Amino acid sequence: MGADDAFVVVTIDGVPLKVPVETTVAAAVFHRYGVRGTRMSVSGQPRAAFCGMGVCQECRMTIDARAHVLACQTVCRNGMTISTEAASS
Amino acid sequence: MKATFDLVIVGAGPAGLAAARAAASSGVRIALVDDNPRAGGQVWRQGPGTGMPVAMRETLSDLIRNPNVTHYAGARVSLFSGEHEMIVSTACGSGVALSFGQLILATGARERLLPFAGWTLPGVTGAGALQALIKGGMPVEGERVVLAGSGPLLIAALATARSAGARIVAVLEQAPWRSLLRFGVSLGATPSKAFQAIHLTQGFAATRYWPGSVVREALGGERVEAVIVRRGERETTLECDRLACGYGLVPNVLLAQALGCRLTDGAIEVDDAQRTSVPGMWAAGECTGIGGMELARAEGEIAGLAASGHPIGLPLLRTRAKWKRFAQHVATAFELGEMARAHPCPETIFCRCEDVAYGEVAAHGSWRDAKLHTRCGMGPCQGRICGAAAQIYFGWNAAPPRPPFAPAPIGALMDAALAQEPE
Repeated sequence: MGADDAFVVVTIDGVPLKVPVETTVAAAVFHRYGVRGTRMSVSGQPRAAFCGMGVCQECRMTIDARAHVLACQTVCRNGMTISTEAASS
Repeated sequence: MKATFDLVIVGAGPAGLAAARAAASSGVRIALVDDNPRAGGQVWRQGPGTGMPVAMRETLSDLIRNPNVTHYAGARVSLFSGEHEMIVSTACGSGVALSFGQLILATGARERLLPFAGWTLPGVTGAGALQALIKGGMPVEGERVVLAGSGPLLIAALATARSAGARIVAVLEQAPWRSLLRFGVSLGATPSKAFQAIHLTQGFAATRYWPGSVVREALGGERVEAVIVRRGERETTLECDRLACGYGLVPNVLLAQALGCRLTDGAIEVDDAQRTSVPGMWAAGECTGIGGMELARAEGEIAGLAASGHPIGLPLLRTRAKWKRFAQHVATAFELGEMARAHPCPETIFCRCEDVAYGEVAAHGSWRDAKLHTRCGMGPCQGRICGAAAQIYFGWNAAPPRPPFAPAPIGALMDAALAQEPE
């Protein structure tokens, strides 16, 4: 799976995914999983992107080894590594 | 790192961009600080396949060419380290200290997201949130979407979701028909808005648009599967893949509060020149009261001119007055009624960050007491979501924030602090 001008390739929970340039990480994660929790709340409930604009912090995930990055305010770059808690839920 | 500017503008939406463009013509050094990766704010949000509106392209092309304008994208204001200095944490995790002569706040608004049973299920989002996520490239083709809440944003979200291939199950508007009809008549004063309404809704062709209805509960296990809707006196269940519910907008006033700017009705108080109560601080756009993109642009231009010492022309003031009248019609038509303000049941989660139930919060007499006893409003969002709900249900206003204003890596704060030490 190669990148070109119109697409970038990111890795979500170990699986490579090709998405259009300018796609946010939050959107890319929906491409990978559909509607599904991407983290667990303090009482163990599944949660996913909610406010879509950097307010609620529900979409935070580990991006390129940095924890708690907001997926809705991060644009996919080629080679980006994204880790969610969806795989374990 | 440390940098000095004549003018710092926080927010790169229509108001902030208009302010930057107006001030930039005089050669002042400007920093435009915005937490999104791309300029445009919410209404001009860009993404894969999103065309740039003409008004935005014109503004941006002026700014991009201007060497005096620096755009800090993906950057959040963490704290004010002096009367005229702020520390900003950037998208790459580093920190910058920006000192400024004048400051324009164009911090926009966020959605008013009110709790109901099941609102924490994956697939439930705000209405503007759904639009933002779709613009960011989220696939919704063939998905069954229920839109709910109140205001023109529902219509904008409807148009975006529909053009992305979603199947709109229903649009639930809390305002009653009589308010909407009166609003429809008032659109005669702003024909561009009447055409926009017809264009976006396509006259509600093949869409169930239900005024006087609200979401009671979202149902599902690991994700939303259906919605219980209250329509007048009746309850109906609608199956869906997504529920997008937002009750209008709330001005973002956190930075203004931190600076000690006076607020009126939850918005930053400004005078005719968009001046706040604190000298050298200006504000424009939704953070001074919800009014839409056209009003935000006019206010931004006025603030940019005034903050850079330029006169303000009469036509610009008239434009602002026209869109303020329109904003008043919108506010009246979509005022939250009893159904929307009905409190959720005690076990409904109120604070999503700390999973605090509504009943636990309601047992206290003030926001401060509720926070201290239940931890509501003390998680990562710092009460930005549940604080707005507490305002609606209990009339509690948020206390001035304590820095850092948003989660920031400690390294970013250290970078900025080290930059301040003498060589």
